[in-house]
Amino acid sequence: MTVLSDRQQLSYIAAQAADARLNVELETEGMTLNIGPQHPATHGTLRIIARLDGEQVVWAEPGCGYMHRGYEKLTEVRTFPQVTSLINRIDWLGSFANEVPFILAAEQLMEIEAPPRAQWIRTILFELSRIANVSLFLGDLGVQMGAITPVFLAFRDREYVLNLIEGATGGRFHPNFDRIGGLKEDLPAGWVAETRQVMRKMRQFCDEIEDLLFGNEIFQSRMRGIGVIPADVARQYGLTGANLRASGVDWDLRRDQSLPMAWDKVDFKVWTHPDGDSFARCWVRLQETREATKIVEQLLDTMPAGPVMAKVPRIIKVPEGEAWVSTENPLGEMGYYVVSKGDLGPFRVKIRSASFNNISVVPWVLKGVYVPDIITILASLYFILGDIDR
Amino acid sequence: MYSLAIEIPYWGQSLLRVLGGLVAVLLPAGTIVYVFLFKMMSFMQSRLGPMEAGPYGSLQLIAEVGKWLQKEDIAPEKADVRIFKMAPIIVLLSTFLLVVVVPFGPDAYFTDFSVGIFYALAVGSVSVIGILVAGWASANKYSLLGGLRAAGQLIAYELPMVLAVVGVVIQAGSMNLQDIVVAQNTGQIFGWGGLGNPYVITQFVGFVIFMIAVQAELTQAPFDMPIAESELVSGYMTEYSGFRFLMFFIGEFATAGVFAFIASVLFLGGWGVPFGWFGWESLDQVSNWMNIGGPLIMFTKMMVLTFIIMWVRFSYPRFREDQLQRFAWKVLIPVSLANIVVTAILKVAF
Repeated sequence: MTVLSDRQQLSYIAAQAADARLNVELETEGMTLNIGPQHPATHGTLRIIARLDGEQVVWAEPGCGYMHRGYEKLTEVRTFPQVTSLINRIDWLGSFANEVPFILAAEQLMEIEAPPRAQWIRTILFELSRIANVSLFLGDLGVQMGAITPVFLAFRDREYVLNLIEGATGGRFHPNFDRIGGLKEDLPAGWVAETRQVMRKMRQFCDEIEDLLFGNEIFQSRMRGIGVIPADVARQYGLTGANLRASGVDWDLRRDQSLPMAWDKVDFKVWTHPDGDSFARCWVRLQETREATKIVEQLLDTMPAGPVMAKVPRIIKVPEGEAWVSTENPLGEMGYYVVSKGDLGPFRVKIRSASFNNISVVPWVLKGVYVPDIITILASLYFILGDIDR
Repeated sequence: MYSLAIEIPYWGQSLLRVLGGLVAVLLPAGTIVYVFLFKMMSFMQSRLGPMEAGPYGSLQLIAEVGKWLQKEDIAPEKADVRIFKMAPIIVLLSTFLLVVVVPFGPDAYFTDFSVGIFYALAVGSVSVIGILVAGWASANKYSLLGGLRAAGQLIAYELPMVLAVVGVVIQAGSMNLQDIVVAQNTGQIFGWGGLGNPYVITQFVGFVIFMIAVQAELTQAPFDMPIAESELVSGYMTEYSGFRFLMFFIGEFATAGVFAFIASVLFLGGWGVPFGWFGWESLDQVSNWMNIGGPLIMFTKMMVLTFIIMWVRFSYPRFREDQLQRFAWKVLIPVSLANIVVTAILKVAF
């Protein structure tokens, strides 16, 4: 890791020097605070070791791996179609989005492409899982700061989206719906009309959250100017997704990459924010949820007819080769590097999950902040434990 | 004042006062927990709240108390056990000490204290000691942080509270809470006596500051940094379980009730209705029935004020520690000082 000669670090050194003079008489003592692995702010079992001087963080480091489930290794003893049931447990709030890049990688190796209708439905479900994922984030944001009401509103409205996902796939959390060459089934009758209604509801939910939280002075004073990640630092630490866009980097794989998905058929805006602070990260996510509802509506309008499954052999053997496919998942860039030796299952799978890279910035960004800000910064970075530990 | 129809010996009066004190503290606490914490919060959050215990879950609180009483009384190994066990008692004690000066009717009070409000403000800060001690004795870093935050916050918000009350004291010309009630109910607003003169109208700034300070004293959102369940895992209460946690829990809501009682005495006219409505001139002429009607009126006013406290609590995120200190010292205290100056000038002028 390169030493960053930034203002934050310099000011911290200056503060330490000033403290050292003071401490000759005061004899203050540091304290190591162990946040987690069991702590409400860590969304699971992330551990943050923070060395404190009073309420100020001197040094902080995330300790992950408390929930490591070894998915990369487990995929090696499964056939290609079986892998999806594993990997949609990585980011459990946006499960369908996890399946897509892996299936795309396998399709790329087999040199088949899903029929257009399947691509459309895949994209719709992908965006629905984004909405389900981020709406929970928006509610949880309030809880991390002591406002208990938004999370219940989020759970209420997220239920509609989960019902849609359940209606189409049969699984609320773990759809396991994506197949190599297309989808398991077509959409059920009446699903399209219901989706339109729910999308309107979700936009209302976004307005509500914007009113309740984002317009609140306390929320703003807790978020603005806190945990600033400049664009170059964000790039150095490999941040992706909304965290990177909030630092002002216009980067979205949905738009920048050409995949056999339907994103290039719709018109959507990639939201960025110049500030790079906690507020920017939350604001970008809020806008993205709105944008996702619009993407879904546009896709519903233009959905082609036809089959949802391409011609695929009964027993899937993926030819020898390597493929890397990544997509813009709710949490950031999620990719799979799949190596096949021509067997029924993959020889090796490397999972690049967004949260693991996103929390790598935690030691840098937590330096010099106060203890209450640890929680807001972690909440605004938005990670999911399954996505860190895989 | 009227003498009661039957003579009650001193010990009987004392017993009645103790029972009355228990009712005055625990009944509001229970009502607040059920009506606001269980039901109102649930309706705000699109859920039903407890529904199983009793009709509409009305016995839920009793079930919860039963659960807490059954739990083991655990003290951490490294804790300073005696102080650890004492802390919740101190917190609850301050609530009981507070309620003794609150008048509930012309004769329905526990003690007629000539410096009642002074006493109330002094005793109200006893709970700080309990909280600080709880945080310190728990041998837990989270508790320590929470306890220290609580101490800093409660001391900072004591001051605007005192200064907000000064305006009322200047206007009423007395520190006796009973006199403050009478002054409001016999008073007039610019010669018009239809409403009396509840000081919420003339002392509105003081009222707002007082309510903000109460919110901070109760360590409720947006000032719940000492508890901060999402970061400090309930701060100074982290290590408490069973009935000691119950004491903190009751203390929190009982104090909300008692502070709302005091606020309604100071700003909403206390137990009285405007005396002019019934042709009363002074306390001597007030009907004996107000000893029964007064507590009910007080209870209504208390519920209105706690509704505001709880409403804010359920919908606001919390301040950071330094932000709330800055808010107290840079906004509330200057404004309340200005309020005192303006009140004093107007008092002398009219």
